[in-house]
Amino acid sequence: MIDRAQVEHVARLARLALDDAEKDRMAHELSGVLEHIEKISELDLDEVPPTSHVVDVTTPLRADAEQPCLTQEQALDQAPATQDGGFLVPSPGAAPA
Amino acid sequence: MSGPIDLTAAQAAEAIRSGGLDAAELFEAYRKRAAADDLNAFTWVAGEAPSQAANSDAPLAGVPFAAKDLFCTEGVPSQAGSRILEDYRPPYSATAVRKLQQAGGALLGKTNQDEFAMGSSTENSGYGPTLNPWDTTRVPGGSSGGSAAAVAAGLVPWAIGTDTGGSIRQPAALCGIVGLKPTYGAVSRYGMIAFASSLDQAGPLTRDVTDAALLLRHMVGQDPCDSTSLPFPEPIEPPTADRLDGIRLGVPSELSGEGIAPGVRECFERTVNLAEDLGASVDETTLPHAPHGLAAYYLIAPAEASANLARYDGVRYGLRVDGDADLMAMYTKTRAQGFGSEVKRRIMLGTYALSEGYYDAYYGRAQKVRTKIAQDFREAFERFDFVVTPTSPTVAFTLGEKLDDPWAMYLNDYCTVPVPLAGLPAISIPNGLSEGLPVGFQIVGPAFSEPRLLDAAYAVEQAIGFDGSEARA
Repeated sequence: MIDRAQVEHVARLARLALDDAEKDRMAHELSGVLEHIEKISELDLDEVPPTSHVVDVTTPLRADAEQPCLTQEQALDQAPATQDGGFLVPSPGAAPA
Repeated sequence: MSGPIDLTAAQAAEAIRSGGLDAAELFEAYRKRAAADDLNAFTWVAGEAPSQAANSDAPLAGVPFAAKDLFCTEGVPSQAGSRILEDYRPPYSATAVRKLQQAGGALLGKTNQDEFAMGSSTENSGYGPTLNPWDTTRVPGGSSGGSAAAVAAGLVPWAIGTDTGGSIRQPAALCGIVGLKPTYGAVSRYGMIAFASSLDQAGPLTRDVTDAALLLRHMVGQDPCDSTSLPFPEPIEPPTADRLDGIRLGVPSELSGEGIAPGVRECFERTVNLAEDLGASVDETTLPHAPHGLAAYYLIAPAEASANLARYDGVRYGLRVDGDADLMAMYTKTRAQGFGSEVKRRIMLGTYALSEGYYDAYYGRAQKVRTKIAQDFREAFERFDFVVTPTSPTVAFTLGEKLDDPWAMYLNDYCTVPVPLAGLPAISIPNGLSEGLPVGFQIVGPAFSEPRLLDAAYAVEQAIGFDGSEARA
């Protein structure tokens, strides 16, 4: 149901590097799971509204006031790499072709 | 020999308050047991009692508790069972943890779990599987398997876990303890490392129903940090009911017959008869869309997870794998190395279900099934106070038995998964043994019916008279 090309496309969307063996296994396992999931296509759901959330609340608002929050030091404390008070990452513009 | 370990958490709190038990000694007695844990139930154990454990006037009187690894705990490893968060130490604590500490609870340890709560056996942990204290060749269930095993084995008086499709109730059932999934919104999700945000809910795993009521009482409440949390409409008192007179129990044919192991069904039917003896009226009901719960769940939960887990990219915290100066390669390699196979499978499934051309057929349809399941429960609660089912279709299975077949693993959630889809509260209580292994009895109620649910569970618990001390030996 899901072939290798689809696995590669979805893995790209999900930012996951998969090796060849993983791609084949993923195609097989996802197809197996989807076979069970397909059963919901038998239900007549045309007039049914979707439920995205079970709690009946409207978006609550808070006062637009200053509140204590994490310090810059706390926010950066667990980062793999930092520089000049920010998160350090390879430059998106410097990617090899 | 009887000692402090034999006391339930509520009894221990009472003994501390009355001066008969020292909180620091109790903490140390459990700390030693937890540190010697040979079930791999813990991912972190405190080195010493926290200073607030001495506050014996507080409601929880310094009684120790454990929290599932995915609860953020300030300065303490919070890894959600994943190597991508190895040794991550958050700068703040989850509201549920903070509230328990403010009520006098003392954090004893963090417990093992399936990675990002994705699993029903705790075998998907990046830190090795947890073993079932009733039989160490078997799984404790999951994903809150570390919490369930630790409570059952008497390594901690009680613990908190999270339930997305059954992750509190199923391990509680397989380990012979009580597990309660509250109404969605009853407990703040702030600081819980997210799996599926419209389903995740924190709740207690305890030795008995009285402890579940006491722990839940100090977890609930609206939190400005979680906009989906709601005020709990009434205080949660210790349960006292010894009868079920006037209580109407519905037994859904879809979740109590086919697919349930004969020994589990036998225990279930015996307890239904017991409930009738206690004065309840019992009748068959129907939840016609519940059998489609698994399909809906395994679209909705992975879809939400694929979005929630996008944040693990090696930038702000956790693992980073060098991408040879290429940002995209850093992302994809970090995620490839940091996530385990079940997490990858669910990210792929969820991304696929949300991708262009498939959204309506999968995610959209699943959301409609969710509406139908919630409607089924609403109709059942017009005739019944509670719906009762077995918690898990089988007793604990052996390690490795279901790892190669994802759908066989997912079938563990068959009876538990419709409940969070409808946002309802449910409790699993020990329901005797089958093949020498614990079985669970699930009671489901309408939203915010926890006080009545706990009362009913208490009456049934007293009548069953389950003895879990064997697992603590």
